[in-house]
Amino acid sequence: MADIKNFVIPDIPASKFRLVQKDADIHDVKFETKPVGFFKDAWRRFCKNKSSVVAAIIIACLLLFAFIGPFITKYEMSEANGTYAKCRPINRALNINGFWDGGYNKKLNDKYLIYIMGIGMGAEDTEGEGCQWSDGIESQYGAIISIGDEYSAEGNTYRDARVDSYMEMGFQYLSLTEDQYNDIKAWEAESGIRAIYPMINIYGEWCDEYNRDDANYWYRHNAKQWPVNEKGKKMEVADVMENGLIDNYLRDGDGNIMDYMQRDSNMRTVRVLYYNYYQYRNGHAPEFLLGADPTGYDILVRIASGLRLSFLLSIAVSLVNFLVGTIYGAIEGYYGGAVDLIGERISDIISGIPFIVSCVLVKLHMVNTGKMSAFGGLVFAYFLTGWIGQAYLVRTQFYRFKNQEYILAARTLGAKDGRLMFKHILPNALGTIVTACALDIPSVILSESTLSFLGIYNFNSRTLTSLGTMLGDGQGYLSTYPHIILFPALAISLLMISFNLFGNGLRDAFNPTLRGGED
Amino acid sequence: MSTFKYVLKRIGLMLVTAFIIMTICFVLIKLLEPELPMMGNQAEAERARREALGWNKPIMVQYAIYLKNIFTKWDWGTSWKIDYFQPAASVIIKRLPPTVIINSLELLISIPVGIILGVFAAIKKNKWQDHLISIIIMLFISVPVFVYAFLLQYLLGFKLGWFPLIMSSLYDAGGKWFSKVMLKSMVLPVLSLSFGSIAGLTRMTRAELTEALTSDYMLLARTKGLTKSQAISRHAMKNAMVPILPRILGMILGILGGAMLTETIFGINGIGKLYLQSITTLDYDVFMATSMFYCIIGLASTIVIDLSYGFLDPRIRMGER
Repeated sequence: MADIKNFVIPDIPASKFRLVQKDADIHDVKFETKPVGFFKDAWRRFCKNKSSVVAAIIIACLLLFAFIGPFITKYEMSEANGTYAKCRPINRALNINGFWDGGYNKKLNDKYLIYIMGIGMGAEDTEGEGCQWSDGIESQYGAIISIGDEYSAEGNTYRDARVDSYMEMGFQYLSLTEDQYNDIKAWEAESGIRAIYPMINIYGEWCDEYNRDDANYWYRHNAKQWPVNEKGKKMEVADVMENGLIDNYLRDGDGNIMDYMQRDSNMRTVRVLYYNYYQYRNGHAPEFLLGADPTGYDILVRIASGLRLSFLLSIAVSLVNFLVGTIYGAIEGYYGGAVDLIGERISDIISGIPFIVSCVLVKLHMVNTGKMSAFGGLVFAYFLTGWIGQAYLVRTQFYRFKNQEYILAARTLGAKDGRLMFKHILPNALGTIVTACALDIPSVILSESTLSFLGIYNFNSRTLTSLGTMLGDGQGYLSTYPHIILFPALAISLLMISFNLFGNGLRDAFNPTLRGGED
Repeated sequence: MSTFKYVLKRIGLMLVTAFIIMTICFVLIKLLEPELPMMGNQAEAERARREALGWNKPIMVQYAIYLKNIFTKWDWGTSWKIDYFQPAASVIIKRLPPTVIINSLELLISIPVGIILGVFAAIKKNKWQDHLISIIIMLFISVPVFVYAFLLQYLLGFKLGWFPLIMSSLYDAGGKWFSKVMLKSMVLPVLSLSFGSIAGLTRMTRAELTEALTSDYMLLARTKGLTKSQAISRHAMKNAMVPILPRILGMILGILGGAMLTETIFGINGIGKLYLQSITTLDYDVFMATSMFYCIIGLASTIVIDLSYGFLDPRIRMGER
């Protein structure tokens, strides 16, 4: 350094110089490894969190179920069969004893035991030759799945039995025209399944006049509904077990049993085994995989529909909230000052209105007057107050980023406000916003089911239902038909748990610094 | 700005917000052209009452009458359907006791249980006890309250037969709120309400205490010779309580609000059920009064929470910039 003044640059001829990169472009060296962006990093963190991955898989399964559920079952959404209302879940392919067999436990007294067993016995007695107890037990149409020992309580004897809720319907009377009758007969011949059973001599001596509408009293009985034998003497259970029941079929002059009773010139009363008649009408046996609800709808297809509603509604709401909240919050946060002050006061007032109040007002004004469907009204009601949280988040993020140097640099280069807001600031806030959206979904699902549970929004129609409505309508059957409540309750619990876990996982993935802070 | 001024400002802002909300609600409700009920057995008195409320005048005139009645006579209108021809305010007050009792019992259970579980989980962080508590919290927070209510009703009420499925009426219980029959019938609603708040409180306590336990002052406290339990109870808990106490205050104010779901499921004749009834029967004055009741509780608890932050930790002043 000291000699710098005396340093003499030797004269180097130009020919000794040469350009290093004369033909090559000048650029940075490429990364040796793959670049890891923000979203990729978040994805990696998300995958590490096992519980949220499992939750995501469960959500995917539920989503799949919501859309393919209707194809698993043989039932249409709008198909209600009052006869099989409240039937228990059954799966004939996987019929394990006592589980998924469509049965339920019932305490039977002697008279009722004979009545129920009589259904299976009657189904076997097609020729009017009488029927034994064992035939009733073995019959595929038997209404008793299993039966316990006799015990006495309060002076009566009872047995605990498992009763098949499908077969319990037994026989029914129908009025048919001759054509309809012949059609069933033709179907019987074709399929080999017997639907029409011998008609009962309902005006005869051995049918009580109060039982003339009940097609299950095919056997001779007295005025107290006890079965009687040939001599007209009352039979006890033990007697019936030993000797069987004696039919009370309608016979013509020659003693042949008759399949129908002519009402007038063209109507005939016939007695059908409803289970088989159902197959004739619908082409398949009644089989509600998750049981039937009080109206006779298939619960499985209704749950799929309720899940669909929950998904669609929550996704629609969080999308709308996302859009409106982001734009509102961006404008508030970016411009600040008076815009921010006014905007904040507006959102203060709106957030002061209790959610339930705004929901009810929307319902009264829009849904009840027919201006909106229940679904549209609900989306609107959520939108009225829902975007505020999102706007608040975005506003905070904008305050954080808008004064940073890179924004100043972009502005100096001439970027317009819109570009600065949505191209430069917003992507920084995206993680937080996406997380908030994901966490919005379970809260929307929960409050939707609450509203429909309370009946403020009623979704019970032929084509639409919601899990909350199903639970609300099933409330009264909690102790008698628990399956009506059980499956929708399971579905919504599963949905809520997995969405919450998923949302938490997403939050941890996008904001690793928050980890453990809130859960 | 002094604390006093700050409090006044917050209350003033709350009143303005409440007034605006009230105006919006009133106009929206009156726009529906409420269907007048059939004249009952007090037709003359009813007609006079309606005249006094100005039912055929323009909405803004009606609103002026409504406000005047509230400020001069504390008259919130008349119930036409739920409690025929009773003042709306007294209808609400009559429904308060069951709601308040159920919710107070619920808080008596859930506050101590929630905090103790939370502290326990924070101390045992990342051990199996903590994981177990976390899983239970997740379940209780996610599963909707009506699902537990059904489970409790089915298992404890129906299968085991320990408790009645719905709450007894005051008449059945011999006219006393704290009789044995009444308390027994309150067990299921109180339990089903408390699950959710226990879970929320546990989660919050755990999160706050975990944060406090890892901070530097705890290290200092241990270094100067305090035992772990001394350090936790004297230093960590104090700091962790700063956000928890306001929340508890909010819960206490929420006692008045009642829970619509629980009251519906367990047949409790409380304020939540009243609100639902006023919606389904379209009893407009009761609906309006109950809406405002909810609104003011909501706003007041926000203020109380914000203010209590300031009292607990003077560095925090919510709503300021």
